[in-house]
Amino acid sequence: MKHLLSAADLDREGALALLDVAEQMAATQAREIKKLPTLRGRTVVNLFFEDSTRTRISFEAAAKRLSADVITFSAKGSSVSKGESLKDTALTLQAMGADAVVLRHSASGAAHRLAHAGWSRVGVLNAGDGTHEHPTQALLDAFTLRRRLRERSGGDLGGALDGARVAVVGDVLHSRVARSNVLLLRTLGADVTLVAPPTLLPVGVETWPCRTSWDLDAVLPEVDAVMVLRVQRERMGGGGFFPSAQEYARRFGLDGRRLRLLPEHALVMHPGPMNRGLEISAEAADSPRSTIVEQVSNGVAVRMAALYLLLAGEDAA
Amino acid sequence: MASARPVLEAPEISRVLTRIAHEILERNRGADDLVLLGIPTRGAHLARRVAERLVAAEPGAGPVEDLVGSLDVTMHRDDLRRHPVRALGRTDVPPRGVDDRVVVLVDDVLASGRTVRAALDALSDLGRPRAVRLAVLVDRGHRQLPIRADHVGKNLPTAAQESVQVLLEEVDGQDAVVISGPGESRPPASAGPTGESR
Repeated sequence: MKHLLSAADLDREGALALLDVAEQMAATQAREIKKLPTLRGRTVVNLFFEDSTRTRISFEAAAKRLSADVITFSAKGSSVSKGESLKDTALTLQAMGADAVVLRHSASGAAHRLAHAGWSRVGVLNAGDGTHEHPTQALLDAFTLRRRLRERSGGDLGGALDGARVAVVGDVLHSRVARSNVLLLRTLGADVTLVAPPTLLPVGVETWPCRTSWDLDAVLPEVDAVMVLRVQRERMGGGGFFPSAQEYARRFGLDGRRLRLLPEHALVMHPGPMNRGLEISAEAADSPRSTIVEQVSNGVAVRMAALYLLLAGEDAA
Repeated sequence: MASARPVLEAPEISRVLTRIAHEILERNRGADDLVLLGIPTRGAHLARRVAERLVAAEPGAGPVEDLVGSLDVTMHRDDLRRHPVRALGRTDVPPRGVDDRVVVLVDDVLASGRTVRAALDALSDLGRPRAVRLAVLVDRGHRQLPIRADHVGKNLPTAAQESVQVLLEEVDGQDAVVISGPGESRPPASAGPTGESR
């Protein structure tokens, strides 16, 4: 693996291999000594052109647990024009001897550009590009889901998500998590239904490998997990996507009543940060079936796996 | 495959493992505080077999599960950057841990000693054993580090170009140790990393 840019980069075998590595990484994180020497001497640069707390910290923890050197560069609020600044930054990083770059950028396709423009030879991990993709989030969601469903069936770890039914609810239009999740869950054999008001579904969603619905109450009794997406009001400039927050919450929010529509075993997932009271109520977020905190700790294991697969072997170049 | 020759067959492997189990007990003066940690893939299966024999020989040794585990050393190897990235094996430590116990590392083939070096590092991340010993099915020589085994199934003088392969029922469907000359295709296809000496 040279880069991880999109959930679509992973075929079924590759995705399962990554999840299996993540499972072993998670086991090491339960020990007293959590640090491993695996990436000693390698340098990972966290390049964040956009706000992020949990993803940045998660990547930083993952790289440090594997003994890589971590340099964090936050360019929040930088007004330099994107293409140029990205290129200059890439050249600087190359000169500093970075082995991998974890990139968060507000422009969709930024990670792809950095990886394939020929500016440098470093490995690129997409940590969220605009409204496009966020593959490690999808991987940690799949990891969490796989673990929980396995526990329930009493099976061994490993295996895919064949036949699992997942609803992805909310602001699909602005969500990079939704696209990555649909692609990866499909690759792993799960059956995905997007639930959102028509105004919050992207153009071309009919070509995605999933179903769509506008009726959350009808979908919930059928699923093994419901992934609630954050309503990204900061990307909704002029508004007009839904009449009011109250109406959104009433039609698409996961509240106590909807929680009880779910099958007994179904999980409640959210990539965070949450708008409590909008897309998810406190009762749903704090219920025992919520995996929201678990998703955060699984995130470190999954990112360790991605860094391991990207950096531990001989140079692909 | 003309010169691929078996040097140990199933009955001999069985006898050798029984002897190693007794040697471990003798050296340790009983089964107190013993933990057997096998290095995946084949070392882990060998450790389990030795543990079963140990329990059979020493009824007080306790259930096999409390005695045996596996220790993956991949993330501590010094040659990661020389090969395509490797999958990780499982690390399973018995419930009582390794602190102040006598850990016997078990592997299929001892050659350069680099796997054992990695295992010692991996082990120190898990705790502080009172002592660490090494048991291997085959010692083929060619050491690159100052490491030796305490319990050896068979010493096998080999040429550097020859390859030694351990096949086990659990992984390969049969028990055998096979030497093949340089440039030979490998004996029966096997799943996962091979037991070939590295």
